[in-house]
Amino acid sequence: MPGQVDALTVSVWRGAAAGRYVDYQVPHRTSQTVLDIVTYIQRRLDPTLSYRFSCRVGVCGSCAMTVNGVPRWTCRTHVDRVAKDRKLEIGPLRNLPVIKDLATDMRAFFDKWARAKGQFQPPATPAADFARVDPASAARREADAAIECIGCAVCYSACDVVAWNPDYLGPAALNRAWSLVNDVRDAGGAERLAAVSGDAGCHSCHSHQACAERCPKQLNPTAAIAGLKRATLKAALTGAL
Amino acid sequence: MSWRNRNHPTFWAFLVHRLSGIALTLFLPFHFWTLGQAIAGEAALDGFLRWAEQPLVKASEVVLVVLLAAHLFGGLRLLALEFLPWRDGQKSLVALGGALSLVVGLAFLLNLA
Amino acid sequence: MSARAQTYLWFAQRLSGAVLALCVAVHLATIILAVQGGLSAAEILGRTRGSTAWAAFYAAFVLAVAVHAPIGLRAILREWTLWRGRGLDAAVALVGVGLALLGWRAVGAVVG
Ligand code: HEM
Ligand code: SF4
Ligand code: SF4
Ligand code: FES
Repeated sequence: MPGQVDALTVSVWRGAAAGRYVDYQVPHRTSQTVLDIVTYIQRRLDPTLSYRFSCRVGVCGSCAMTVNGVPRWTCRTHVDRVAKDRKLEIGPLRNLPVIKDLATDMRAFFDKWARAKGQFQPPATPAADFARVDPASAARREADAAIECIGCAVCYSACDVVAWNPDYLGPAALNRAWSLVNDVRDAGGAERLAAVSGDAGCHSCHSHQACAERCPKQLNPTAAIAGLKRATLKAALTGAL
Repeated sequence: MSWRNRNHPTFWAFLVHRLSGIALTLFLPFHFWTLGQAIAGEAALDGFLRWAEQPLVKASEVVLVVLLAAHLFGGLRLLALEFLPWRDGQKSLVALGGALSLVVGLAFLLNLA
Repeated sequence: MSARAQTYLWFAQRLSGAVLALCVAVHLATIILAVQGGLSAAEILGRTRGSTAWAAFYAAFVLAVAVHAPIGLRAILREWTLWRGRGLDAAVALVGVGLALLGWRAVGAVVG
């Protein structure tokens, strides 16, 4: 085959919550991604393999899986960077229920964005004029926190607090909330701060930075969550919370 | 997957912080109780201090001093991370905290002699 | 617990942590520098007996730790065991009270 170097042994999770890793032999090529491997298995070796992807260029956030124990976006992860001794282990994301094989049920992840009030909240009376936002202002720069987020759930899957405390909203939802706290046009205010407080929210984050370590877009949810901790404290001290 | 995913400096810093916090919390009632011996007079406290001369007890004291120092420096890093605008270089700060804790432990060990 | 109460719980742990950072720095300096070549009761008590400064210092140290450690314990138990809710909150509050009483008793013993 063109560009083929050698063969890889790829262990892939098959089944739902109960299941097992099954080995496949896949030709190893240059510039091959982990998603290419999964696609090869599904097209050539076992058409019953279930997985999720769409854009293949790191935009849609649907292809995340656990690769050699670490959550990653598979369409932009090169095999040469992660394979060890020509072996690869590919499983579903952690912290989400497995539907089948590599596809997880992501409802809890997105429901928590809603619970963190992760949607823009317009003021009761529409603004009379365009908001003028200085691109260099501190708030505008903080609002960048989530703009590049593709909703892949890699951070959510990497976070131990999510694993240990199932109510925890998680890094992506809190990161999104921090963007809105810094959006001068948003009227979510104290209500959003209340939604992201406490045992399910920012105060449960222990700053281990697994989220920032693994985010494929190099976002830093830990820093955003620290911002929420300060904002909630300020609101509590001034009686707004 | 968990342990492979956890292999990065700020996770190990978290684990050290948590385990040292537990160890200190368990040690504290014992520490308070022994100091409370002084109510019964100098002799009672001296009795305990002689017991504490045993090598094994001394060794655990050194471990506790290192854990206390590690929790101190780790805690300062976390306070800075939470209350100051974000600072990069957390991994270097973790390493610095680890090194300083060992220095404190060494200073304690050398002064035992 | 309300959002406000939980925010204060978090802040109480950080504030007491900051106080502890000062106390522990002094404590470490004392045990390393002042206690050269072995401990004796006479040495310890000679430093602390009748000293209001040391009494105030250790009393504040105990208070900070009695606030700080139980809140930490609460997070650990919530995450590493199945214990949640009011029972847990009451139990860690009791640990705090216990630490404070035991600690202040010790302070009384070394300064009194
Ligand atoms: C030396 C000064 C100290 C500082 C600056 C400090 C700081 C901190 C901070 C910031 C945390 C929060 C970690 C988190 O939840 O993300 C923490 C947790 C904790 N601390 Fe301290 N602390 C200090 C001393 C102590 C002492 C003396 C004890 C025990 C007697 C203690 C016991 C704990 C415990 C049990 C936790 C919970 C750990 C966890 O949730 O993983 N700390 N400390
Ligand atoms: S820093 Fe906070 S959000 Fe990120 S992985 Fe750790 S606990 Fe989760
Ligand atoms: S913050 Fe990063 S890792 Fe988390 S969902 Fe967004 S892009 Fe993915
Ligand atoms: S397939 Fe769209 S991000 Fe990977």
